[in-house]
Amino acid sequence: MHAIVAIKQVPDTSNVRIDPETGTLIREGVPAIINPYDIHAVEAAVQLKEQFGGRVTVITMGPPKAAEALIECIEQGADRAILLTDRKFGGADTLATSYVLAHAIEALNAEWPADIILFGKQAIDGDTAQVGPGVAVRLQIPLITYAIAIESFDPVARTAVVHRRIEQGVEVLQTRLPVLLTVEKEIAPVRRAPLPRMITAARYQPEVWTAETPVAFDPRQIGLKGSPTVVGKAYTPAPRAGGAIVTVADCGVEAAVARALEVMGILDTVRSSVAASAGVEVA
Amino acid sequence: MNNGDQPAIPRIWVLIEQQEQQVHPVSWELLGAARRLAADLPGSIVEAVLPGYQVESLAAQVFRYGAERVYLIDESVLAPYRNLPYAVAVSQLVITYQPEIFLIGATTRGRDLAGAIATRVGTGLTADCTELAIDPAGKILAATRPTFGGNLMATILCRRHRPQMATVRPRVLPMPAPLDTGPGDLVRVPFAMCEDDVPVKRLRLIRAEERPNIEYADVIVAGGRGVGGPEGFVLLEELALALGGMVGASRPVVDAGWIDPGHQIGQTGKTVRPKLYIAAGISGAVQHRVGMSGAGVILAINSDPHAPIFQIADLGIVGDLFDVIPEMIRQVKGYSDARQAQL
Repeated sequence: MHAIVAIKQVPDTSNVRIDPETGTLIREGVPAIINPYDIHAVEAAVQLKEQFGGRVTVITMGPPKAAEALIECIEQGADRAILLTDRKFGGADTLATSYVLAHAIEALNAEWPADIILFGKQAIDGDTAQVGPGVAVRLQIPLITYAIAIESFDPVARTAVVHRRIEQGVEVLQTRLPVLLTVEKEIAPVRRAPLPRMITAARYQPEVWTAETPVAFDPRQIGLKGSPTVVGKAYTPAPRAGGAIVTVADCGVEAAVARALEVMGILDTVRSSVAASAGVEVA
Repeated sequence: MNNGDQPAIPRIWVLIEQQEQQVHPVSWELLGAARRLAADLPGSIVEAVLPGYQVESLAAQVFRYGAERVYLIDESVLAPYRNLPYAVAVSQLVITYQPEIFLIGATTRGRDLAGAIATRVGTGLTADCTELAIDPAGKILAATRPTFGGNLMATILCRRHRPQMATVRPRVLPMPAPLDTGPGDLVRVPFAMCEDDVPVKRLRLIRAEERPNIEYADVIVAGGRGVGGPEGFVLLEELALALGGMVGASRPVVDAGWIDPGHQIGQTGKTVRPKLYIAAGISGAVQHRVGMSGAGVILAINSDPHAPIFQIADLGIVGDLFDVIPEMIRQVKGYSDARQAQL
């Protein structure tokens, strides 16, 4: 069984701060983390390997620093890690990114065809959720997004049953293999890496692939050149203005709530819902 | 289709999402946006793509929301929804008619589909836009979206590739009123794919017992870490019930498993625009604020006077929510009982 997991190193957006003077994003000192959904994708792949044997390969496209995120995946149980890094890959939008990842996966498939390819459902920096579906299209394999469980997996019969969360509930889908899944966190809880794995990971060096070697990428389809979209302008959103504050410690809870109900017009809401349930028009 | 030497009509397309013969309201919101864009793009027309099985009866509604033409792709292979047949059918249509702009709802299905279509067609796609406009200089789509977890807004342009694709989440755009127009031009589009060529089969659908459709709730009582645990949400439920509203939640409490993910509001959850939003024990991280700052009025209850939620709340109550919410339930119930007695 060969599982390939595509991951991304992202800035921890919960720690992003805005400079109050200039209103711009402070990028310095923002910690880089592995995208939270991706680590669950790695775990799901490792669990399949434990059941069926085989290999888990992780790949990422990013700056040299993204090697840190790959090493975290080795700690988590991945066997091989590939870092796609080259200035020529820089400035890629989702179309160019899906090309690079799909082309790299094709090269890996030539060595050992993947049975399953996993992505996190979206990356927390861009939140586009577009790259996984794009890679499935390029590889011409089935796509299941928002996967929450792998009910069964049969690498011999080449089928799997996957649960997918949708608005109405959970879809139970049977798919041919290979399949590409984008996963929610429920796909697999992340376990603590055992000490021997951490030692292996500490010594591990991810393989570095550039735009030319060991695989040649089409220069027209990568980086800025391969990206149909460009950022016209970027700005920090104007905040919604805040209003009054009442403090329970000063005026007591009864008065604070009474004030809130009045100021917010909450009782109007109640009036219309009471009237509606009584079948009466509100004047 | 391109008519020889004549310049092609700029077509603005909206994908109509339907499930079990019900159109998702985001489709109407997008048609409203498409009409506004058409007003700024000379000579353009608004058209809709309606894929599904036994969905022809929905076309009348699509015309009423402003589509001049509906492309109907009605085939049994399109039920239930699977990515491949939908992506192939819609992509073929895009390649045939070459629309200028193509808008899709950022629902579970829309997100599944939009990336696949954009890749098949080889064009640019901007996800989760909060604002769509025609750039006056280039007459191209200026699609603005939050990025870095809502900390930054970016306006994305797609200069040379067509269509210019964008997704918008439900409730981000206002709901337009239907027009008083008759039916437009219905184009039946044949689509040949047999079920054997679809690699994914739906074995069953486990329906969620409760379907909190909080996107369209008028009143939301949302809880964060300050609620203390799953039992704290019982109190919020009680207030929501008294106000005829629904319960929402921030990401940390969903991640902690205190409440079902269907209640999550924010960047990785849902966007809501209720008339009244009560944020209880929610600190108000930017990721949460992007999902609820379209609310009519916001009431925040938090024991920390420095919580960022107070910066955007129309009224803030600094206090323990376990004192404030029961008192609020008491006063609301007292009022509605008195009203009921009057009626």
